[in-house]
Formats: sequence, C-alpha cells, structure tokens
Amino acid sequence: MVKVFIYPATSLILSDMVARFGHTPLSSAVAIRERIQTPGLESPPLQITPEEPKKGLKWAAVEVPAGVRGRMSLYGPMVEAAEAAIIINDADLSFGCMGCARTNELIKFQLREKDIPKLDLNYPKNDEEGVQFVSAIKKFLEGLGGAK
Amino acid sequence: MTPPVRIAQISCGPDYAGVQAEINAAAHEVNGEIFFPDITLKDIRRDFDAFGLDVKSPDLKLAIARAMALVEGRVEADAVFIATCFRCAEAAIVRNELRRYINENSKLPVVSYSFTERTTAGTLLTRMEALTTIARRRALLARETQSGITLGIDSGSATTKAIVMKDDKIIGTGWQPTTEVMKSAQDVIDHALSEAGITLKEVQAIGTTGYGRFLVGKEIKADLIQEELTVNSKGAVYLADKQHGPATVIDIGGMDNKAIAVMDGIPGTFTMGGICAGASGRFLEMTAKRLGVDITELGPLAMKGFGGTVPMNSYCIVFGTQSLVNALAAGSTREDVAAAACHSVAEQVFEQQLQEVDIKEPVIMVGGTSLIEGLVHAMGELLQTKIVVPHHSQYIGSVGSALLASGFIKDE
Repeated sequence: MVKVFIYPATSLILSDMVARFGHTPLSSAVAIRERIQTPGLESPPLQITPEEPKKGLKWAAVEVPAGVRGRMSLYGPMVEAAEAAIIINDADLSFGCMGCARTNELIKFQLREKDIPKLDLNYPKNDEEGVQFVSAIKKFLEGLGGAK
Repeated sequence: MTPPVRIAQISCGPDYAGVQAEINAAAHEVNGEIFFPDITLKDIRRDFDAFGLDVKSPDLKLAIARAMALVEGRVEADAVFIATCFRCAEAAIVRNELRRYINENSKLPVVSYSFTERTTAGTLLTRMEALTTIARRRALLARETQSGITLGIDSGSATTKAIVMKDDKIIGTGWQPTTEVMKSAQDVIDHALSEAGITLKEVQAIGTTGYGRFLVGKEIKADLIQEELTVNSKGAVYLADKQHGPATVIDIGGMDNKAIAVMDGIPGTFTMGGICAGASGRFLEMTAKRLGVDITELGPLAMKGFGGTVPMNSYCIVFGTQSLVNALAAGSTREDVAAAACHSVAEQVFEQQLQEVDIKEPVIMVGGTSLIEGLVHAMGELLQTKIVVPHHSQYIGSVGSALLASGFIKDE
C-alpha cells in the first residue's frame, strides 16, 4: 500500500481510484459542488485560524500571501508524506480544483522535486483521451505494487 | 430591529488565511451580514470568459463570476466587500478591476481590502460600518443643507474638534490635541458653544465621529454616531460646494489615511489605512519637531524648498526620520527637508491608496494636514490637478456630523 498524493486534492474520482487499487489517497476532504455557497470553491469545512498561515512558513516565506501559507499548512505535510503522486493539469472545475493558482504551482513543484513515482497528465478533452487517461492512471496505480 | 445589511463577500483566500471569522465579526458588529453570492460552476465558466481577465486562480474566477452576478442583478445585495491576500499580484489586479467594474455598473457601495493573517475585526470595523451606513442611510447622506442648531464632534486619534452650526452656517469652533478622550471632547464642546454664544440646551441635535465616537456619543447622548468615512466625505463636498457629481476626498490623518471616491456626496469606493506611520500626519509632526518649527509653519517652509534634492522615502517613520537626520547632517536646508517630507507622505498616499480609488476631479483635501501647504502642493503635483482645500477643512468630521445631525431634529 502506497500513500499517493492526488492533484487536484479535491478530486473525488482520483481519490476513489487510488483507494480502489488498495493505496491511501492523500487528498482533501472537500468536494467541489455544483453550487458554490462558501467563500471559495474548496473552502475548508473547519475554521482555519491565523495560526495556520504561520505554520505554513515551513513551506513558504513570510512574503508569500497568507492564503498560500494557510493552504500549505494543510497540504505541506501531505506532500512530505507522499510516496507517489498523480498530477492532473488543467482539470475541469467539476473534476476537482484548488482555489489558489500560486499554491497549486508550489504543490506541483514540490511533488515534481520529490524522488517518488509520479504520473503527470493533462485532463482529457474528448472521449478518446478520456479512455487513455483512465488507463494511464490504472497502469500507474497497478505499478506501485500492493494492489488488490 | 432593523434587518441586517446584506454584504456580499467577493474574495480569494480569507478562509485559508484564517481571517474569515474576523470579517464576519466586523460585519456583525455593525448589524451587517456577510454572505457569499450563490452561483454555479456553469456561471463561473461563462462569466469568466465574458469578463475577459484571464487569471489562473479558480477562486479569482469565482470572484469574477460573483461580481457579474451582483452587477447583473442575479444576486441581490446591499453592499460589497472585496478581499484578497496582501502581496498577491494576481489577486490585486482582480480586486482592483472588480472594484471598478462594480462601481461603474451598479449603485452598490464597495470596499476592497487586502488582508494578512493578522487582520482583525477591529481593523475592518470602520470600513464595514461605512458600508452599512451607505446602504442604510442613503436618505440622510443625501442631505445638502444644515438646519436648526446642531453640534458636531470629531474625536480623532490626534486631535478633537467641535463645530456648532446654525441655519447652514458655522457659528462656533473648538480644537485641541486628543489626550483623555472625554475631557478633550468636553473642552472643545465648551469652546465651540462659548464662541457660538449658546448653551448646550439650545442645541437641537448632536453628531459624533472619529475614533472616540462611540464613547463620546454615548456620554453626550448624541443623535448620530457615525464613522468618519461617510461623515468626512459629506463634510468635504458640503464645504467645497461640490455636492453634485463626482469628487475625490483625501484625508491624511494622524493615524490613518482615507481616500474616498464620492458621487453626489455619497461614497462609492474608499480605502482607509496606510502601511506605516511614515505615510501619515504623524511623520509631518515629527519632521516639524526635528526642524524646530511648529506644525503650522511646516507647510510654508516646505513651499520655499525643493524636495527633489533630498533623498527621502518615509515608507517607515523610523527610516523616514533617519533620512531626515542624514539630510540635515549632509547640509540640506530646512526648507528642502520640509519639502521632501511633504513629497514623501504625498507620494506614499498616492502609491498605496489612491491607486485603489478612481481619482475624479475635483480632488478635495481635508483634515488637519490639508492646512500644510507643502503637502497639498506635493499632492497636486503628483495628481496633476489643483487640489481644493475648503474653509474649515481641519474641522471636516465635525462639520459633517453637525450637517448630518440636523436630519435628526425632531421637527424634521
């Protein structure tokens, strides 16, 4: 069983696929809904306190916006714990998304820097690409070992 | 009980920065209610493309879609609060463009703010109060003349001022540095009443504004207790006789600065604050002290000098003072140093605050610092316009309070 960081961390589909192959998804507990009634697209369900951006200083310097550091206080430890990663670029909002582009750049960079198995894919634009997309993820997860 | 003012929040990052609770608390304090315009993913895709600002952050795309929903009337609100992370360039562009877009295409009052994790409800309170005042008291803010006998008190961070008005004329004034809030207020009230030749019993309505407005207002049983953003802009256009059409009001205060874009005497967008005391009246006070002149002499002194010859950037009051000392030690004249200090303060207000409001003529400068000729001149040069400084401009908050308080006279 491998701890797999998924990007976007809010993707329920990815999270489910990782779990189906017997691995542990490192993801956010927030799902993207069709109607948005919260401050952001993936606002945390629990109140983040001003302490979190300070904890985020471990991953981003003080001149980095507070919102980025607050997010990093949650995702930073997950990136550190990751033993593998699946990165989906330019995903549709409904597939899963994370609100801040700067945090997204930082998370993806930190994952790419890590010496772990990675799958870096673009989000499919048609059915044919969709089939290849799912097949690539399946192959990657199987290749990690410990599959059911 | 009056229903709360519904403030639509358009933002990126406050939840993850840990300040959402502070925003909610500030709104709640002034009987406002923060809500997040309810839109769908489909709206985001459509509106983001239509708006044409190609940003990358999904939450900024959401912000754009929410702004469009408000402007197009798909979501109803009384006011708008735009907030994004401090130091995020992408968000700053969106914040600025959305503020302008909402201001130009709707009648909704807007305030924009960039927060850090240290932003507190207290910092946001005056801004939220101004938003709710504009939404709730539009009729009162439309008042153009003062009637009866009214008293206005401005309990500011540096000075306390009082004005007595009768039938649209100022008949008494009082001014002194703020020490003990109530004592200073009582002293200026006594002075203004004595100058007007009337007693407190004859006063038909009282208004208070400024940092000490709640304390003073409660003690003297004021009819109107109102933040200085709406009061000062009203006072400014009244004294400058520019009550109709657009105007920009600049008030460089002792502790913070205000820049307000006004339309028909009612603020549309405004900013308040300052990165550091280096951009406030305090720095000019310190400069005057170091130059051995009274603050009233600093302006005329600055007018005789050439600031360009003295390197000074008072981004911080400590470094600003250091530049000042260095310049004097290097042989710069007092006149040049005074001019440089005025230019430095004006430049900072220009760079940090005036970019957040759309400057429209006439530009009216008010507050105690508007009497510093050198500062007004420096601001005029930066804005390439002739700045209007109305009579009694240092009493702006008191005049605005006295004017608006007359709306509370029983017969009216």
